[in-house]
Amino acid sequence: MLANLREPQAPACGGNVAAKGRVSIVVERCKACGFCVEFCPTKVLALSSAFNSKGYHPPHVIAPEKCSGCDLCGMYCPDFAIYGHKNPAPPKAEAKADAKEVQNEG
Amino acid sequence: MTTTLVNPVPVGNPVEPFLRSDRMPHIWCPGCGIGTTVNCFAEALIESKVDLKTLAIVSGIGCTGRVAGYVKLDSFHTTHGRAIPFATGMKLANPHLNVVVYSGDGDLSAIGGNHLIHAARRNIDLKVICVNNLIYAMTGGQTAPTTPGHATTSTSPYGTFEPAFNLPHLVEASGAVYVARWTTFHVRQLSRSIQEAFNKKGFSFIEVISPCPTLYQRRNKLGDGLETMKYYKEKSKTKHGCPTSEVGLTLNGEIIVGKFVDRDRPDYSALLKAQMHESLGEKYVDYDEEQGYACSGDGGCAEDSCH
Amino acid sequence: MKADPRGVLTGTHFIDGDHACCEGALAAGARFAAGYPITPSTEVVERFAQRVPTVGGCFIQMEDELAASITLQGGVWGGAKAFTVTSGPGYSLMMEHIGYAAMTETPCVFVDVQRGGPSTGLPTLPAQGDMMQARWGSHGDYEIIALCPNSPQECFDLTIKAFNFAEEFRVPVMFMMDEVVGHMTEKVVIPPADQIEVTPRKHTKKSVDDYLAYETNGDMVPEMAHAGEGYKFHVTGLTHDERGYPNMTPKVQQQLVTRLQNKIRSAADRICMFEEDSTDNADVIVVSYGITSRVAQRAIDMARVQGLKVGKFRLITAWPFPENKIRELAGRTKAFVVPELNLGQMVREVERCAGGKAKTYLVPHAGGSVHHPEDILAVIQEAAR
Repeated sequence: MLANLREPQAPACGGNVAAKGRVSIVVERCKACGFCVEFCPTKVLALSSAFNSKGYHPPHVIAPEKCSGCDLCGMYCPDFAIYGHKNPAPPKAEAKADAKEVQNEG
Repeated sequence: MTTTLVNPVPVGNPVEPFLRSDRMPHIWCPGCGIGTTVNCFAEALIESKVDLKTLAIVSGIGCTGRVAGYVKLDSFHTTHGRAIPFATGMKLANPHLNVVVYSGDGDLSAIGGNHLIHAARRNIDLKVICVNNLIYAMTGGQTAPTTPGHATTSTSPYGTFEPAFNLPHLVEASGAVYVARWTTFHVRQLSRSIQEAFNKKGFSFIEVISPCPTLYQRRNKLGDGLETMKYYKEKSKTKHGCPTSEVGLTLNGEIIVGKFVDRDRPDYSALLKAQMHESLGEKYVDYDEEQGYACSGDGGCAEDSCH
Repeated sequence: MKADPRGVLTGTHFIDGDHACCEGALAAGARFAAGYPITPSTEVVERFAQRVPTVGGCFIQMEDELAASITLQGGVWGGAKAFTVTSGPGYSLMMEHIGYAAMTETPCVFVDVQRGGPSTGLPTLPAQGDMMQARWGSHGDYEIIALCPNSPQECFDLTIKAFNFAEEFRVPVMFMMDEVVGHMTEKVVIPPADQIEVTPRKHTKKSVDDYLAYETNGDMVPEMAHAGEGYKFHVTGLTHDERGYPNMTPKVQQQLVTRLQNKIRSAADRICMFEEDSTDNADVIVVSYGITSRVAQRAIDMARVQGLKVGKFRLITAWPFPENKIRELAGRTKAFVVPELNLGQMVREVERCAGGKAKTYLVPHAGGSVHHPEDILAVIQEAAR
């Protein structure tokens, strides 16, 4: 039971190569306080219409290309339910990274 | 062409290694700021490169007191108001420890008030993080010594009228060497202050104003956690070095934040050693670098596992 | 394990009980004390403050007994053997933290040099009015061990025993002195360190990954770790499980609290020390403890001279109470006479365990001085009729 709560969701960044960072959301920990949405400097997030098992609306990424990976969302989150990290710089030899479309919410 | 080394993508939240993940989710309410302070604490630990093995965290009773139970460190959830004396004993028995006291405003300034001022007076080398939500939250929202005037609480149903403590002023007057105040909005600044406290010897006190949406904010119609955070953002003013007499709080007025005090005074252990050396000279047996006071016989408490 | 010679003041001394208690603590390996002044106990920590910097340790006088009683526990978890010293009013203040020590299984010693009460009472005069408080003073169900010395020599010897019990059972031990025992000056022989047995801290040998702070493996006493060793364990006064995590359910409560009780009760026969004399054919057995036992001895001698068959039973361990022993004695005597410097505390235990098989007579004294032997004798005579 506890294991489920810990599962980070798949990286929330839709695979736009220009995004400097991406966000991971632990949906089951979220209490929808709205801090991450409000204080993301580039307004990457919004509360979704989905519910977690406690009935809260977790955030989802609405502007993945704007994510810088600054982790302010992670710093603000009182529930340790979200964190941002910088994408690795693409190596020069492979200028185009795979454009993987990844689901970002459960 | 040289292949650029690609750093592996971090697989987890940088805070996660500091948490007892098997105890998540925690009990704090939606919009409560305590968890936010824990993020800042974790970042400070990472940045300051404190040896986690030497870190001990002591808390009292209350919502903030629960921090000890959620962080993966040597952690001690003690009695109401007595985290500071417990931490004092721990620090004196093992000066190698970095002892952090993480507790709330009621715990530290009401029942724990006496210990707060004496530890500051003595300049015990403790880092005190005081999450101030201006209320006794865990027990249902009673008046705390920090509750501003004209607030409604469960024990002041007609409005508070007692003057409230100005905690930075109190601890500065008592002798603290580092006094700062931030709000849960000021995540980067808070983290930096905690780092600075780790680099300082002596009694450091960091007050963090935090929402209690369920009780303080709700009863006083101050909105939810997010609205409170916006209020912090809007109404806080950074004034480093501001005289602490001027940083009192009101129900919805300005919040002065910043680093108010950063001074140097010899800490308790330094004073103790100096005095002992002066009085006893060679007869003074200083803290045993290898064993501390733990070992009281030939082999010690447990020969192999003695630190 | 033998005592650390650095703390043992080997030799023959002429000191009072307070001072002897301090020496006992040092011999036992105590290297940390937190105290607050209160008559008639203060000399214990005054001597410790003077001695310990030359032995290798630390004393801090805290701002009140609330602090002292928890500061010593911080010292324990930081790695030291630690104690505090107080008297009635301070003892009352310490009760919450005695409960905390019991709940968190923090090995430590609380010395109570009893004086007249209640409240401020008689600061400089003896009583034995804290005996029930020693057992029941804090809230909730828990067990403690309480020892009662009756001489400065015993203040030395039994303090070592107190520390040893504390470490063995991970329990706060109450050292119940009284003002007379504390302030009387007698010969105290302190042997060489290699003749003193001290019980080391029950420190875990498990690895950091395997260690659970409150796991017991059959033996009811968990192994301990200290802060700073990398175990990253959690200690809380909340009802907790084997991991030390709060687990506030009736099931865990039942398991935890009964274990805390049983770890002491199951070893009661070993913990209960007493002195017994001529109880086999006694018509009356005088049950006493602390300074009163010395006055009672005089009364017993006087009664025997008069031809009365009087046995002596001196409680050295007051808690756990030697129930089995009293039950056994009740079967072979007519009456117990219990003199104590209070209006009836340990007598209740005697009466309870006697189960009606023998009568129980209290010789009360509200405190302020010791009994007159004649007063005890009078009751012995009445009981023997």
